[in-house]
Amino acid sequence: MRRNMKAMNAKWATTRAIRWGAAAVAAALTLATASACTSSSSSGSPKTSTAPSASSSAALSGFPRSETLYTSGTAYAPPTIWNPFDLGNFATGTQGLVYEPLFLYDPVKNQYDPWLASNGSWSGSTYTIGVRNGVKWSDGTALTGADVAYSINLAMTNKSDPYNSNVSTVKSATANGNTVTVTFTSEPGFSEWQDYLWKAPVVPQHIWSKLSATQQITAANANPVGTGPMLLAAHNPTEVAYKDNPSWWAVSQLGLKFKFKYLVDVVNGSNNVELSALTAGQVDWSNNFLPGVNELVSGLNGNAGYGLKTFYSSSPYMLPANTVWLEPNTTKAPMNNVNFRKAMAYAINPQQLVSVVYGGLTQPAGPTGLLPNLKPFMDQSMISKYGFSYNQALAKQYLAKSGYHGQSLTLEVPTGWTDWMAGIQVISQDLAAVGIKVAPTFPQYASRTADLTNGSYDLALDNNAQLDSTPWSYFQRVYALPIAKQQTAQLNWERFSSPADWALVQQAGTTPLSDTAKLSTIYSQLEKDFLQQLPQIPVWFNGAWFQGNTKYWTHYAASGTSNENTPVMWGGYLGAMTTVYALASLAPAPAPKP
Amino acid sequence: MTGREPVLAAPRGVRVRRYLTRKVITYVLAFFVGATIDWGIPHLMPGNPVQLYLSKFQLQPGGYAALYKTMSEAFGTNLPLWDQYWHFWYGLVHGDLGVSIYDFPGRVTTLIFNAIPYTLALLVPAIILSYVLGNRLGAAAARRKYLDNTVLPAGYVFQAIPYPWLALALPFLLGEVWHVFPISGPYDQTLLPTLSWTFVSSLLYHWFLPFLTVFIVSLGGWAIGMRNLVIYELENDSSRYMRALGAKERVIRRYAYRSASLPQLSGLALQLGVVVGGNIVTEIAFHYPGLGLLIYNAIQDEDYFLLQGIFIFIIIGVLLANFIIDLVYISVDPRTRLSMQGAPA
Repeated sequence: MRRNMKAMNAKWATTRAIRWGAAAVAAALTLATASACTSSSSSGSPKTSTAPSASSSAALSGFPRSETLYTSGTAYAPPTIWNPFDLGNFATGTQGLVYEPLFLYDPVKNQYDPWLASNGSWSGSTYTIGVRNGVKWSDGTALTGADVAYSINLAMTNKSDPYNSNVSTVKSATANGNTVTVTFTSEPGFSEWQDYLWKAPVVPQHIWSKLSATQQITAANANPVGTGPMLLAAHNPTEVAYKDNPSWWAVSQLGLKFKFKYLVDVVNGSNNVELSALTAGQVDWSNNFLPGVNELVSGLNGNAGYGLKTFYSSSPYMLPANTVWLEPNTTKAPMNNVNFRKAMAYAINPQQLVSVVYGGLTQPAGPTGLLPNLKPFMDQSMISKYGFSYNQALAKQYLAKSGYHGQSLTLEVPTGWTDWMAGIQVISQDLAAVGIKVAPTFPQYASRTADLTNGSYDLALDNNAQLDSTPWSYFQRVYALPIAKQQTAQLNWERFSSPADWALVQQAGTTPLSDTAKLSTIYSQLEKDFLQQLPQIPVWFNGAWFQGNTKYWTHYAASGTSNENTPVMWGGYLGAMTTVYALASLAPAPAPKP
Repeated sequence: MTGREPVLAAPRGVRVRRYLTRKVITYVLAFFVGATIDWGIPHLMPGNPVQLYLSKFQLQPGGYAALYKTMSEAFGTNLPLWDQYWHFWYGLVHGDLGVSIYDFPGRVTTLIFNAIPYTLALLVPAIILSYVLGNRLGAAAARRKYLDNTVLPAGYVFQAIPYPWLALALPFLLGEVWHVFPISGPYDQTLLPTLSWTFVSSLLYHWFLPFLTVFIVSLGGWAIGMRNLVIYELENDSSRYMRALGAKERVIRRYAYRSASLPQLSGLALQLGVVVGGNIVTEIAFHYPGLGLLIYNAIQDEDYFLLQGIFIFIIIGVLLANFIIDLVYISVDPRTRLSMQGAPA
């Protein structure tokens, strides 16, 4: 008994020791994990939470609301790169607020405004650029013709430069003071060069020439030196902030001045988050598609008390941004039959789709699918002669001679694109009404894009043809040849083979933009062929979504005012079209409402 | 008794060490297998992340080929698979998880370490507080009729609320209608992260609502579980025996509570283990920049490297939490300690 008691006591002692020992180790481990996390995060944060440029200036703890413009609707990932050549990821404002192009394109007036170039002109196969005087990089160095020539040469020599194909016919670019002479081959690619002039950034030679070829395109460039209206001030995973560049050239030369001191672009959240941020006045300028925003704009007493503004005050509210095609895989039956494609074109009622799905926030496309800014290139007589419009009887007639025998086809759009998902429901109902069986499917964006690239689909929606200054890139997307096994460049995804039309597109590309007579003939022929073959079926225009809240800022871009500019921060708009004018037009609201 | 003498004879420290060694070997093996699967699934899947990344560029055919090469080199996808696997382990050992596609050229580790504090600050307090309070409530409900009639139904309601609905309803009421709390973001967007009271208070203000929704839905589950377990323990033979011996009801309840805590503790371990996975729905609903939101974005952009990196952290988290709970078990469950000493459990 006594021995047993002793053993018991020993056992208890052991147990207690193990018990507390284990508890101590557990606590230590927990603490170690926690501290590992905090120490790593704090050592990681200086790299990302504040830009080097900000740390050198006086410590910035926040942005005074009345001096700051908040924008959203462009960024979907934490800002990490300010390299204007990384078109897929650069932080909002990299092109436009920091780096600038030679010209701006105004899609409303359909004209080019000299920007970093003060002029430019063709003479035979030579293009001469007069580089603007008195422009300075934000590190104080003057912008010269050498920087412009360097940027053009970079596009020629660095095959990874996204503007490489825009300069495919350039032989050389040389600078003499502020004059840059660009010499072309005997057949200059006028259209692709024109695109270069307003889309490509001018970068500083004294910085870019020190980078390796890969770094020139992929370096994070976290301390960007540009010529633009703003300077990078700070960034963290949820936003990027810019501050006023006091020595921006356009202040004195064009009389443009931003009335806000800071511009903060917020990384996008979900639709409900974005809508409430806009209505609460946390975001001033939103480029999100917000379903039902038309109700808030035109609802009770004009604006339902939210003070929201859109480009047009009534339907279609938004400027058009790109054409949504119903894309048939023309290598497959029955989509390879033109009568079947025509049957689909006549069966769809785009007006109804626009009002049901978008509540009138956008507009139906015309039969050619060309955006309204390209009106000068549209042959109206050809369009009225060969164009199509909603007509079920005609659709049935075409269907009868199309070789379609009731098989079910799939129609795919990326999952999560809610407006498109609703759109193909409407389209499939329209098609079912004339007897075409279509099953809507919603794959992931990646898998849908792979289907289109590989040609393993029946029908899809696609909006690759973006707002552009000539119909050239639109028809290039429709007719580009040859057709590869994988159409990775996103050209001719419908795999339609028409060598004659591709020859016309190439011819249009090498015709001077000043030769309007020749261009009209070519585009008129292309439009006629497009309408007769319908390789793509234009359905509606996606909008250049914009809504502004007038709580802190007013004078947003609007139709019928002197400020008919593109109020869009997206890549391809800011720093290419007239967004900068729209920003400069903003004025502080008279008395901020509580 | 004699057969067990040699085991008992081994010094205490040796026994603990032996137990820990066995555990550590198991965990290292589990980590190796887990990490390999984590690497393998995206890499053996059909699809090409570089192609998807470049689809944002809208390039002309000539430029595409060149940029494809550049980017394949940047992401290392141009190498043969075995080489990529080797690079993966090499990087892992050196704390480098590669470059993100979704947020190129951001490093995966930077993205994860930026997100971890938000996720931990949101979920750890919510889980621990709901665990402590839920268990207390459940235990109390098990022995008081009026509490049982109120706490139990409320618990069922909380537990049965679909979380996405709660994550819409609460912000709608408290944010949109009554304007009590902000509904999105980690802190006020007019502020920059600084060590000031303004910033910290904004951080807490934005933290509260997402915390509350997670707390509320977990609370009910813990309370219901604890109530049932305590009732079971109070009715089982050991409690009856104690009662027959004349033990005080308070003492019996204390023992019942301790026994009932063990299954709950395992549940807690599981929850804490996957905490580094973030709470995807909460973080999307409140636009809270933790790991859940990061996972969501990584999936959207097929960012293999980022997903891979986050899952490494989840694997480590689960293993670590299990290890800690193993140790805690030794401390709270006498049977585990006894079994370590060789006595029948």
